[in-house]
Amino acid sequence: MTVLVTGASGLLGRAVAAEIADRGVRVRTLQRRPSGLAGRGGGGSVADVAGSVTDAAAVARAVEGVDAVVHLAAKVSLAGDPDEFTAVNVEGTRLLLDAAERAGVARFVQISSPSVAHAGSSLVGAGAEPADPARARGLYARTKAEGELIALAHDRPGFAVVAVRPHLVWGPGDTQLVERIVDRARHGRLPLLGDGTALIDSTYIDNAATAIASALERAAHPDAHGRPFVVTNGEPRPVAELLAGICLAAGVRPPRWSVPAGLARAAGGAVERWWAVRPGTDEPPMTRFLAEQLSTAHWFDQRATRHALAWAPSVSLDEGLRRLAAHYAAR
Amino acid sequence: MTASPPPARSAVSPAALPPAGLDGFDTAHSRLLTVPGGDSWHYVDTADALAALGAEPVGTVLAVHGNPTWSYLWRHVVARTLEDARAGGPAWRVVAVDQLEMGYSSRSGRSRILPQRIDDLSAFTEALGLTGPVVTLGHDWGGVVSLGWATTHPELLAGVMLLNTAVHQPADVPIPAPLRLARARGMLGAGSVQTTGFLDVTLSLAAPPLPPEVRAGYRAPYPTASRRRGIGAFVADIPVDASHPSHARLTRLAADVAALEVPALMLWGPRDPVFGDRYLDDLVGRLPHAQVHRFEGAGHLVAEDAPVAESVLTWLDEYVGPGGRAGAGGLAGAGIVGDAGTATAPSCDGDGAGRASFTPLWAHLEERRDDDTDAVVELRGDGVRHVSWRTLNDRVTRLAAGLHRLGVRKGDRVSLLTTPGATLTAVVYACLRLGAVVVVADAGLGVQGLGRALRGAYPDFVIGETRGLAAARALGWPGIRISTARLPRASARALGVTVSLRELYDGPSLDLPAAPEPGDPAAILFTSGSTGPAKGVVYTHAQLSAVRDALGEHFAVTPDSGLVTGFAPFALLGPALGARSSTPEMDVSAPRTLTARAVAAAVSAAAADIVFLSPAAILNVVATAGELEPAERVVLGGVRTVLSTGAPVSERMLSELVAVLPNAQAHALYGMTECLLVSDITLDDVRAVRASGSGDEGVCVGHPIAGVEVRISALDELGRATGSPSRAVGMLGEVLISAPHLKSGYDRLWLTDREAVRDTPENGRWHRTGDVGHLDADGRLWIEGRLPHVIATSDGPVAPVGAEQAIETVEAVRRAAVVGVGPQGLRQFVAVVEASPRARRAALAAPELARRVRESTGHPLVAVFSVAQLPTDIRHNSKIDRAGLSLWAEGVLEGRRLSAP
Repeated sequence: MTVLVTGASGLLGRAVAAEIADRGVRVRTLQRRPSGLAGRGGGGSVADVAGSVTDAAAVARAVEGVDAVVHLAAKVSLAGDPDEFTAVNVEGTRLLLDAAERAGVARFVQISSPSVAHAGSSLVGAGAEPADPARARGLYARTKAEGELIALAHDRPGFAVVAVRPHLVWGPGDTQLVERIVDRARHGRLPLLGDGTALIDSTYIDNAATAIASALERAAHPDAHGRPFVVTNGEPRPVAELLAGICLAAGVRPPRWSVPAGLARAAGGAVERWWAVRPGTDEPPMTRFLAEQLSTAHWFDQRATRHALAWAPSVSLDEGLRRLAAHYAAR
Repeated sequence: MTASPPPARSAVSPAALPPAGLDGFDTAHSRLLTVPGGDSWHYVDTADALAALGAEPVGTVLAVHGNPTWSYLWRHVVARTLEDARAGGPAWRVVAVDQLEMGYSSRSGRSRILPQRIDDLSAFTEALGLTGPVVTLGHDWGGVVSLGWATTHPELLAGVMLLNTAVHQPADVPIPAPLRLARARGMLGAGSVQTTGFLDVTLSLAAPPLPPEVRAGYRAPYPTASRRRGIGAFVADIPVDASHPSHARLTRLAADVAALEVPALMLWGPRDPVFGDRYLDDLVGRLPHAQVHRFEGAGHLVAEDAPVAESVLTWLDEYVGPGGRAGAGGLAGAGIVGDAGTATAPSCDGDGAGRASFTPLWAHLEERRDDDTDAVVELRGDGVRHVSWRTLNDRVTRLAAGLHRLGVRKGDRVSLLTTPGATLTAVVYACLRLGAVVVVADAGLGVQGLGRALRGAYPDFVIGETRGLAAARALGWPGIRISTARLPRASARALGVTVSLRELYDGPSLDLPAAPEPGDPAAILFTSGSTGPAKGVVYTHAQLSAVRDALGEHFAVTPDSGLVTGFAPFALLGPALGARSSTPEMDVSAPRTLTARAVAAAVSAAAADIVFLSPAAILNVVATAGELEPAERVVLGGVRTVLSTGAPVSERMLSELVAVLPNAQAHALYGMTECLLVSDITLDDVRAVRASGSGDEGVCVGHPIAGVEVRISALDELGRATGSPSRAVGMLGEVLISAPHLKSGYDRLWLTDREAVRDTPENGRWHRTGDVGHLDADGRLWIEGRLPHVIATSDGPVAPVGAEQAIETVEAVRRAAVVGVGPQGLRQFVAVVEASPRARRAALAAPELARRVRESTGHPLVAVFSVAQLPTDIRHNSKIDRAGLSLWAEGVLEGRRLSAP
């Protein structure tokens, strides 16, 4: 059996490819840079195919002879060129789905995000509502929402599609979330929004990887196919506590100053608009989307996910923080 | 369905269909009917809708609105009956009229008075061809009109249902102030017809306020003065006195109502400036078999304020419909006698203690009428007063005679606003002997809570000291007022006092009437009010006697015993037990004022060997033990039994109490107003259970006492107690109890009563306590919290007390509360602690404290807060307000500003 993992050069993609390979499955990866996994020992083999999901020829090559696809490749950032988001997150997904179906792939796991289904209000014990591009905030969420709808619309007998939405993935080696938090805290530029009491879910990297691997195995199950599932550690924490835990693990002082949440949201909106017209590729320090993420509750009902995917997290939040601390201590 | 707007100016117009789009009102059921004589009616009729569903109606609800509403009032009842029929339940047809000159019915320009309105409705049902069985439903004036129809159509009638209405205006009582104002010269036209004033005021009575679209629905048929003439006519028809043309008809109607034997339901909003509890009390007197529920907090528009539609349907199914208590035969026609076996008419069924074993509460008084030893010892600031059995019996007999002379009869309610002592004891036994029902509300409820309780119980008489009487006078509490002390005439008049107890003693003696039966109601005890508005708990003579027997047997109380009671209900049972009793000097509304020295004085005065204390009192007794003189310590050494009653008390507190009473066995009694003795545990057992390390969560309250049965009703995934009652070991659920000394029911709280006996075993009388806990392998009961505080997580329901106890073992934690946040079935645990040293403001707990708190309990905590002070209920200042705390935590964890809970 061979599984194609797209976007395997990122933190999550690499972890997923490794997790699947560890289960004794041949893994092929598709991304623009080497995954760094090729030729690794233990379990199944990993072979890289270089290319982009927007390249039809590369995609066709990649899906040839594979039994299942895990699609992680995406444009993930808080700002940027709208066309680029659409090209990768919408058209790239469509291209991959069509190619996979043509190539006789039986299972397809679309990696998505909880942000595809909500508009920034508090989420308290929320389920996995249908993706809604009209309500999703920001280019990333909007295009991922479209991509997920397209993927799930492809679900049919013989071609099982499942969408997995890991929420706020973090862990050792994470450059997206952990490094940014640590870097800002180190320079005293990490504020708490409001009192930092908003309760948020997060997902330790290993749990996200095992959830996706389980989704792959369970994709054709009647409880699973055609549906989206939010994945988290199921251990929500006040945002201040989570940030402090990450900072302490990295050996930097946790944030001590706070910005009123409303002000941060307003400022985030202004910065976002200015960034959109400003040339350059770096990301804005605070977007309205991020401000909302960090000042309103975001935690999820995990019952359906755990039942349908026959999965439970194996690394607790505390154990994850210990591993993060060990990672920083070893650097 | 289209409708033409009502003509603007014409005083005469036929009935019309209401416009579409009125909030919640389905015009599909609107019909028009012209009766002989030309009057035309708009009415709502669900017959066609039921036929379309293929549902055969089991009967018809004939609903009649009051002034100034229209059939819009019944939209929820209409919707609910159709929903139930659609779901396969019994199909009740609803016919809801707009009275003539009202709503969308015709305007004739005539003023109709009550006899006419009853005839109008009869003409309507005849033209409609309405057949039985019919259950009437009326509100306000519609209550009167519907009863007029009910009493004249016995062949069709199967039941009556009433919401805030009245059929009788006592001659000596002025009509309610708002109506006097509405009727005042000039106001009659101005307030109710020329302007929308009367309409506005009525709609403003809703609590919570009506949404604008509902107000618009009520106003829709009354846009102009000519459309509102009927409102003014109704106001003018209020029969203020005997000269009024409607007076005679109303008087006859009131008498006819008292002869009704069909099932009756009364749903009441007590916050009604017009039809207050006085009128409910009058109706209960006429229909004593009725089920009655007062929705505390609801007002005149009770159909808007409370779940009336749901209650109506529940009642119809239980008391009238097929399979209801009245049986299928009940629907065949009239003359059905309602089952009186509910709390609203508690003079009834299975009292556990059979008549054979029943000994009246006053039996010892009669037996010892020649005994000159102490019965009651009273300690007041000015010294010790000894009252012998002879004196007590003499006082009770003379007082009973005096009260009877004043007019106190069996079944009358007598409210006691008197501090414990010899006087209160005599009054209580005099009332019991007469068969009058004593109403006892703890002064700790506060003036507001007390007033709410007294208006609910609606006593016929109030006996009090000056302070209580002043409150009764100032706040308009019901009842003929009797003062304990003889008052100067001016004060008596100012307080509205009719007579003093002294004058009652001094009257001529007289043969007392026959003693009450065991099944007659004896007392209404109010709950503490720490878990919602105080509820009146009804006890019969047999049940109160059973309380006495349970107490006497469990603690081996004999005529040689001396009791000191710092706990009101038990303080009164001393003479019934035949034991000497004394109440220590204390402010009863503040049990924490009881000192160790005061206990010693009471023990000494009554040569007491048994001491009853509330947990709050124990705290203070322990705290003031240092003030005891050596001689007082010797006196306290003579006590063999001390017991704590009420809320659970910690092992440490019991240990400290035993240090003050060194030779006493300490007991912690678990019970509630509804069943004062459920289980008991001694300090030795508390220690043994702890030493055994059973791992049970919660507070061990020991084995049920003799005669008490305990069952557990397991909780479902949403934390509701739906499991069938079981004795399974270790299973968390609601605690159900059965005992001969269990209450009869709640007073005028039919729905609460129903819930308290829901799904209980068929044998015996049972009560759902609202407490949650479990039984251990040895048959001991463990209490783990209150049902509403259960946290329904995705791993199942969890009670908070176990986790709280675990967290309180953390050294830096003084007190902890564990509450849930999030949707039911998915709730997450949050701990809120008072730390030591105290936090200055509410905040997330420091990482180290949070870590320790998390490690202390097996339950996953999503957040740990440290606060300066946990919110507690006002009443006890000890029970943590977990419901409020949960809402607070939910807000903060959604990102709301962090303020003190």
